[in-house]
Amino acid sequence: MRLEVKQLDFGYRDKRVGSGVSLSLEAGEVLCLLGPNGSGKTTLFKTMLGLLPAQGGTVLVDGADLKSRAREEVARLVSYVPQAHAAFFPFTVEEVVLMGRTAHLGVFSSPSRRDREAALSAIARMQIEHLADSVYTRISGGERQLTLIARALAQDARIVVMDEPTANLDFGNQVRVLQHIQALARSGIGVLLSTHDPDHAFICADRVVMLHDGKRMRMGAPDEAITAASLRELYGVSVEVTRIETESGVRRTACIPLLQREPGLTRWRVQ
Amino acid sequence: MTSARVPAALAGACAALVLLVVVAFAVGRFPVSAADLASILWTHLTGAEHGLDPTIETVVLRIRGPRVAAALLIGAALAAAGAAYQNMFRNPLVSPDILGVSAGAAVGAVLGIFLSLNVIMIQSLAFAFGLAAVGLVYVTANAVRGHDPLLVLVLAGVVVGSLLGACVALMKYLADPYNQLPAITFWLLGSLASASPDDVWSTLPLMLLGLIPMWLLRWRINLLSLDDEEARALGVETGRIRLVVIAAATLMTSAAVAISGVIGWIGLVMPHFARLLVGPDFSRLLPTSILLGAGFLLGVDTLARTVARIEIPLGVLTAFVGTPLFLWQLATARRGWQ
Repeated sequence: MRLEVKQLDFGYRDKRVGSGVSLSLEAGEVLCLLGPNGSGKTTLFKTMLGLLPAQGGTVLVDGADLKSRAREEVARLVSYVPQAHAAFFPFTVEEVVLMGRTAHLGVFSSPSRRDREAALSAIARMQIEHLADSVYTRISGGERQLTLIARALAQDARIVVMDEPTANLDFGNQVRVLQHIQALARSGIGVLLSTHDPDHAFICADRVVMLHDGKRMRMGAPDEAITAASLRELYGVSVEVTRIETESGVRRTACIPLLQREPGLTRWRVQ
Repeated sequence: MTSARVPAALAGACAALVLLVVVAFAVGRFPVSAADLASILWTHLTGAEHGLDPTIETVVLRIRGPRVAAALLIGAALAAAGAAYQNMFRNPLVSPDILGVSAGAAVGAVLGIFLSLNVIMIQSLAFAFGLAAVGLVYVTANAVRGHDPLLVLVLAGVVVGSLLGACVALMKYLADPYNQLPAITFWLLGSLASASPDDVWSTLPLMLLGLIPMWLLRWRINLLSLDDEEARALGVETGRIRLVVIAAATLMTSAAVAISGVIGWIGLVMPHFARLLVGPDFSRLLPTSILLGAGFLLGVDTLARTVARIEIPLGVLTAFVGTPLFLWQLATARRGWQ
């Protein structure tokens, strides 16, 4: 199972947002999309999912053009986790997760007991069983994010596209979401996520793609793609990227933003 | 919403409905006791003799019966259509009026009265104009692109509705003030006084024709209350399903307006109450809304023909009863749509 984008032009009817973007994602892999506000991350995702028409280029889902597939078929192959949002009606968490089963139901059918079991097991996988009967509109932002990921799991697609899954979450919930993303990849699901924090790419991504002004800037392994130079180009700020080792022996690369306008005056060293 | 409360709520609503039906027959200028009602209905079904005054039979089968049946049908239809519209427009404050349906049907019926057509023609015109109004709203909304499609649809409904309102005003202005104007005014205020068995039998299939797709699509209708893109990402062809549900709800609303005139508030308030009772899942919301709508309109119609010496227009009474109910609801329980 492979999600592939070739020379994609995307945007809205009267506004081109990005052009010529190519990337691909295999099941079992985590691909992290980095880009500043307004660089077109969400628009790219929506176009890849067929929610917006592509203005040029192609999206291939499991080898076939997205346009040739029915909505339900796409939904069975690729699921989408939008940014946690307010819902309009007070559905319970279980009902929201159950909505993920829709692509597996006939047009006139309602979820069966097996669908309910699938929803409950997705809820259990996200460790939010205690929320199952809670009303979605009355839980916290972090809990909503976990609910939406559970819904994507219930959808049972091999690839999950997540739009800023860590946005607006507190530190603990961000770490929890990253843990879940890693666990999903280990279970054979491909995850494409966007984030504002390059450190998240170091924590959980196999590859990184950078989007700048609607164009692909770089793509590669996190250690190759995320450098002081590329972050400066992407975000226009000075950053140091350094290898760190904690006292307990955890080694990781991390980004240290420099607040000085002119780099070189004072340097923070973490070693 | 715990699922244990749902059967209890539905059973309570059913019991209240049966009680309301008995009361509706019992009150009025010619009271019919529950025992008489039961024996007449029983003998009507079995063909046996009941041995009661034939006047009672006439009251039950020809006068009060059709009226009770029409009240139940129309209340149910308006509430079901309202529940569907509210889910589709993700807004608990919309009602069948939102797409100009009621206004369109009103124009059709008023035109029929204005042209002194017979009852069947009036009903057909109401129905045709109701559908035409929705068609116009839908085409307008599709022509205007680049905005939130739902917002455009609602705005188009408001604009088309006010245009149709002007058409009604024009016809009232031109109508014969002695015959037609009272008829038009009376009809616009809403009434079930003239409901006949034929009205009921001709409306019933239309109501079912609207209700069946709504019930079959009940799970997908839940997903229409999500963001459009989100629903599509979950595998729902939102455009097609929305079209079917709008057509079904419009059919039910027009059919109701054609026999009863414009009765507001039910499509707005009843689904809202139903949601508070059983939660937003459409497979529970639809039957609950139908029970509440049917009971509410029957109760209000019983009041309309009994509280005063003259009959009070239904549209007036539903607004008088519905407004305080809705305001009380708004003030005490926000949880229904927060």
